[in-house]
Formats: sequence, C-alpha cells, structure tokens
Amino acid sequence: MKVFKVRALLMGIAILLAAGPAAGKKLQIVTTTSDLKAIAEAVGGAYVSVNSISSGRQDPHFIAAKPSYMLRLRKADLFIRIGLELERGWERLILEGSRNRSILLGSKGHLDASAGVRRLEVPTGVVDRSMGDVHPLGNPHYWLDPYNARIIAGTIAQRLGELDPEHEDEYVQLAASFSRQVDTAMFGSALQEGEDAERLWQRQHDGNLGPGFEGQSGTGEARGWQAQMAPFRGVKVVTYHRSWTYFLDRFGLVSAGELEAKPGISPSPGHLKNLIETMQAQQVPIIIVASFKGDKAPNLVASKTGATVVKVPYSVGGNEQASDYIAMMDQLVTRISTALTRSSL
Amino acid sequence: MQLPTISGRLSLFILLVWGTLATQLGGQTRYADLSLSSLFSSGWSSAGAENLLVLQGGAHDPNKRGFTVQNVELSLMGAVDPFLRGEAHLIFQIDAEGESIFELEEAFLTTQTLAYGLQVKAGTYFTEFGRLNPQHPHSWSYVDQPVINTRLLGGDGLRGPGVRVAWLSPLPWYAELFLGIQNANGETAVSFLNSPEEDQFLGRPLVDRELGSVADLLRSARWLNSFNLGEATTVNLGASALWGPNATGEGGKTNIYGGDIYLKWQPLANDQGWPFVAVQGELMHRNYLAAAHNSELFIGVEENLTDFGWYAQLQWGFKRGWVSGVRYESAAGSGKDGIDPLRDQRTRVAGNLTYYPSEFSKVRLQLNLDSARFLDRGNAWGFWVQYEFLLGQHAGHKF
Repeated sequence: MKVFKVRALLMGIAILLAAGPAAGKKLQIVTTTSDLKAIAEAVGGAYVSVNSISSGRQDPHFIAAKPSYMLRLRKADLFIRIGLELERGWERLILEGSRNRSILLGSKGHLDASAGVRRLEVPTGVVDRSMGDVHPLGNPHYWLDPYNARIIAGTIAQRLGELDPEHEDEYVQLAASFSRQVDTAMFGSALQEGEDAERLWQRQHDGNLGPGFEGQSGTGEARGWQAQMAPFRGVKVVTYHRSWTYFLDRFGLVSAGELEAKPGISPSPGHLKNLIETMQAQQVPIIIVASFKGDKAPNLVASKTGATVVKVPYSVGGNEQASDYIAMMDQLVTRISTALTRSSL
Repeated sequence: MQLPTISGRLSLFILLVWGTLATQLGGQTRYADLSLSSLFSSGWSSAGAENLLVLQGGAHDPNKRGFTVQNVELSLMGAVDPFLRGEAHLIFQIDAEGESIFELEEAFLTTQTLAYGLQVKAGTYFTEFGRLNPQHPHSWSYVDQPVINTRLLGGDGLRGPGVRVAWLSPLPWYAELFLGIQNANGETAVSFLNSPEEDQFLGRPLVDRELGSVADLLRSARWLNSFNLGEATTVNLGASALWGPNATGEGGKTNIYGGDIYLKWQPLANDQGWPFVAVQGELMHRNYLAAAHNSELFIGVEENLTDFGWYAQLQWGFKRGWVSGVRYESAAGSGKDGIDPLRDQRTRVAGNLTYYPSEFSKVRLQLNLDSARFLDRGNAWGFWVQYEFLLGQHAGHKF
C-alpha cells in the first residue's frame, strides 16, 4: 500500500516535469537581437511570446548589461543569441544576473543561432588585437544574408520542437513557410510555384541564375531582391564597419574598403585620406553605414569623393519601415539599389 | 644559488600557469578566460612625499612624484563545472619605496544553478558595499579612489574570506539583496579587527581579539535597485551596511552605513557606447565604538568616533573614445579638527580627461586640488597621467 502511494507520487511528479509548458501557456523566448526575435516570432507563431534585448536601433556589439535585461530573462524558457562572439561583452552578465538556470550556456534553453549558417571571414591563421576587433569564429553579421535567415528559422524550429514537442510539426511548417516567404521576396515572380528554391540560392550566389531570371519583367517586389540587385554585380562599395560582408557577398557587390582602418577602431585621418584616394581612383559610388554610426567620417569622405552615403538600419526595428525581417531586407535592397542607380559615378 | 624572493617565485609560478592555460585555449574550448590589466601613472604633487602618502592613501592611488605602478592584475575566470563559476584576481604592485608586492586580491566561486533567484559566493572577495568598493581599479573613472573609501573601507578596499548569499527578488523592478559574513581581521578590514604592527588606529591602541561568536565576524548587507527612466536612462540606487567588531578591545565595535546612486544616460543608437553622461555618488557614515583602555600605553574611556564623507562625480563621454569628468569629495570625523590627518576635515576637487584608443587601452590626465589642515598652506595640487593596457579576454562591466 505504502509502496503504491510512493509510486503514484513519483509518477505524478514525473508527469508534471514531463508536461513542459502547461497547455495554453506560451513559450517565453528572449533573443539578443530584434532580427532573431522577428524570425522566432515567424517560426513560433501563436505558441510563443518573444522579447528582444536589442531594439534594432542599437549596435548589438555594445549593449550595456542593464539590470532590467536580467529581469526579462528571469522567466524565459529559451534564450537565442547570434553567437560568434557578437554578444561577448554583455551576454554572460545578463544570463548570470537573471538567475535563470534553464537558459545558461549548455542547457536546452540556450540556443546559438549561428549553428549551421554560412559563415564568412573565418580567420584561418592566428588572430590578435593588432588586427582590431576580429571575431575568431567568423564575421557575426550573418543575418544580413537572407539565405542564412532560412537556416536560422530551421534551427529555431528544431529547438522549439524539442522544448514543446506537442507543437513540433507546426514549428516545422511555420519555418518552411517563413523560408518560402524569403524565397519569394528574393526571386519574385520568377519563382515557380512548388519549385525548390534551394538550388537557386547557390546559382544566384555564383551569378548564373540562367534564363527566366534575366531582364525579368515587373517592378518593385514582384521582381525580387535578386533582380533589383543583379545590375550591380561587381560594383565596388565602401562600408563603415565590416557589418555588410554577408549582404555584399550575397548580391555580388565588392568591398573597396571600410572607413575603419581596422574593425572596431575609430576612422583615423590618415586612413580616410588613403581611402578617399582609392575611392576616387575606383569611382566608388556609395558608402553603406549602419544607422547608429556617426555621420562625421562618412560625410567627410562623401564630400571629397562625390559618393552617396546610404545610412540604413541593419536590424528589424531599426526604423518604422523595418517592421519584420522581409521588410528590413526590402528596405536595404531598395535603398542600396536606388542609390546605386542614381549615382553619377 | 640564491633563491628568488617570495614574490619572485610567485611571479614565476603565475607565468607558468599563464603559459599552460594559454596553450590550452585552442579551438572553441574555453577552460578559463585570462586577462592582464596593467595600470600605471606618473605625475607630480605639490605635497611632500610623506603628506602625499596620506593624501593619496588608496593602495592603488598614484602616491609619489614620478612613476607609480598602480596595479598589474592577472585575472582568470571561467566555468568550473555545470554548477559553479570560478574567478581569481592576483595583483602585483611596486610600492612607493620600490618594493614588489604580491596580493591575492580575490578568488571565489559563484553558484550558477540555485533556484528562487539565489546565488552563493564563497572564497575571498571584495565586500559588496556601495558601488566602488567591489570594482577593480581598471574600471575606475579616476586615477585614485575617493577619500571616504580609503578612510572607512581601507586603501585596498574592504575584502576578505567569507560567504555571501544574493537574492534577486521577484519584485517587478530589479531589486537584489546581498547578505554576507566575512572575517573581520586582516589588513583589508581596516575599520574592524585589523591590528597592524603600529598597533594604533584613530589614535587608539589595538589589541588582538579572539573569535568568540558569529558577532565577531564582519556582517554585511546590501540592497540594490535599478530602474529605467525611459529607454536611454537607467538609475541604480543602493543602500549598504556593515557590522563588526573592532580591535580596540572587548566591546569595541564598528558599523558603517552607506547609500549610493549611479545614473547613466546613453541613447540606444550609440556609437560603441558614446555619447553618454554618467552621474555617480556615494555617502558613508562610520560609528567606531572604541572600547575603554587602561594600560601603560594609553588610558581612555569608551568613546564613539564618527566619520562621514561623500563624493559625487560626473562623466561625460562627449565624442567616441573621449570622456571628461569632474569629482567633488568631502570627508570629516567627529572631535577636534587638526589632530589626525586620517579623520580631519578634507575636501578634494578633481577634473580629468580620458582617451580610449580601443576598449583595451586608455590614457588619462587628472588634476587634483586637495584641502586639509595637515597640509602646508592648507592645500595641495597634483597632476597625474595614467595609462593602461589590457591583454586577454576582457570581462564585461556590470552596469
């Protein structure tokens, strides 16, 4: 009799523990950046509630570890980060401060979204600080390649399924539907219904999409990002920081240099002088600058070279227009392609 | 063969540890984050050598005309296992006489997986009293520590072996409570059981006391609150208290109370942290109940000595990499002025300008103007240049 009671009690506890989030209760997700929030919302649908530490108007490298962020993490079921050391300066402080053991590094509630993405600028040799702020695991701004957004969605869906097995299938479907939205935004009306876009991404990257994608008809969104950007393949551009590597790589733009002589180091007059000469010689038409960066250096270089400064947010929520991932990329593609079209250089 | 000095042997040991750990840091395995922060200064003061040691009484303050090695600190930190984190800070200095000093500044573990918002810290560590005391010299906004910190919490800052529990309360704003006990003796517990060779503190002879009960340990409490005032401004408000025995004899006890504020404005869309404005202030009050003493050396009745002081500072990060600041401070003790330079009325005004070429280095210029009775002409000025380099993994700063 006694044994039975104990068993019943243990079983009861086991059921309670295994049940995971109670029915009707949403999974609480906190992401480090607004881009991850946008993708997690698309993948989690009605079953999740997502909060982001960065609003999208901030530089995600430099976020003050405010105590209020620790409170946001206190009840989180899942913490998602960009990784590749982007959040290195502040992540541990807020994780430890939250006293939430289920989201610590190494636990199921801690997800690094960089797992599986196409990484660029992964150093092959020894990295040291004389090179500036070089990320030893690769450039962390990978969300600016829309192909990586699809991979992130898949990674998040898988983890959501593990945390909430009841809705596993829905998460997989929602991730597939998000990926399809990205595909459609990228290839526009040229993407056939039911056509697997996977191979198109590689062909587009290599610059040989082939017939059906050249001289594509229609305007605006119907043309897709790739068609909007296709005329500028091989065009040289200058950026403030190396945050645009993935965007440039995806659309075949070529970097002619950065305003920063080395990553994370303030632009110096000597370096800018050399850069101005390079830009004049190569007729670089635009300077791409993330919206939280200072205006002084970009404007100085623009005034000497005639290049256009394109100051644009690189994260969801960076301005009103960038309301979700697709809208954010739309804005980037439109602003950059328009500036390139209009440039007299 | 001559054996190296103790500090020489320790340096050798640390270099070996450093070398071994550094070679293990390949790939993505990270057993420990290592860093070395080296802080130096040079400058001049109108006060003579002896007075300068009193004026700049902090153990890491620049305290001589010429060059000072303020603090060379080797830090190791990392996950011990899935349940604990470990942290150690070992410091080297060369003092005003040119002697090498080695100190175990901190070495402690913190729990990572306790429930109910709890965390335990155990080992030897800076007492969480006020804002500045637990901070390492590398993160100070000035070349020296405030006078009141030196007077009440000691030149090295208040630290020692012990254990503390922190509790993040479930209140809707950030409110954390810290309760701790530490040994009350040793040179890093000056207002308490420290009984140095000189055997005197605040004019009273000191005696060695046995540990009788928990009441003979140093007990500490801190309540820290944080609020956001809009998206760009955050304010931290803290209240702290210390209770413990002192070394004047049976019945001698000390309590120290303090309040602190830190307010920072920084727009969300900032450029690597700039621009910003940060206001910081602390006030502290000490009751030092000196026990009655009757010996050949000294005859005195039980007496309550009170000390009070505060500082307020404003830092303005006006341009990426640049910060300017101004600080005012005042400290005074009960009783007749002009008797004890460590308790007399003192004020200091400081202004500084710091340039950070990167997160890992800085150069700082600071001008101090001190006023105190013990100084010739009642005042002194000092001009200091501080420079720092930082190697290794730089741990983020607490807000």
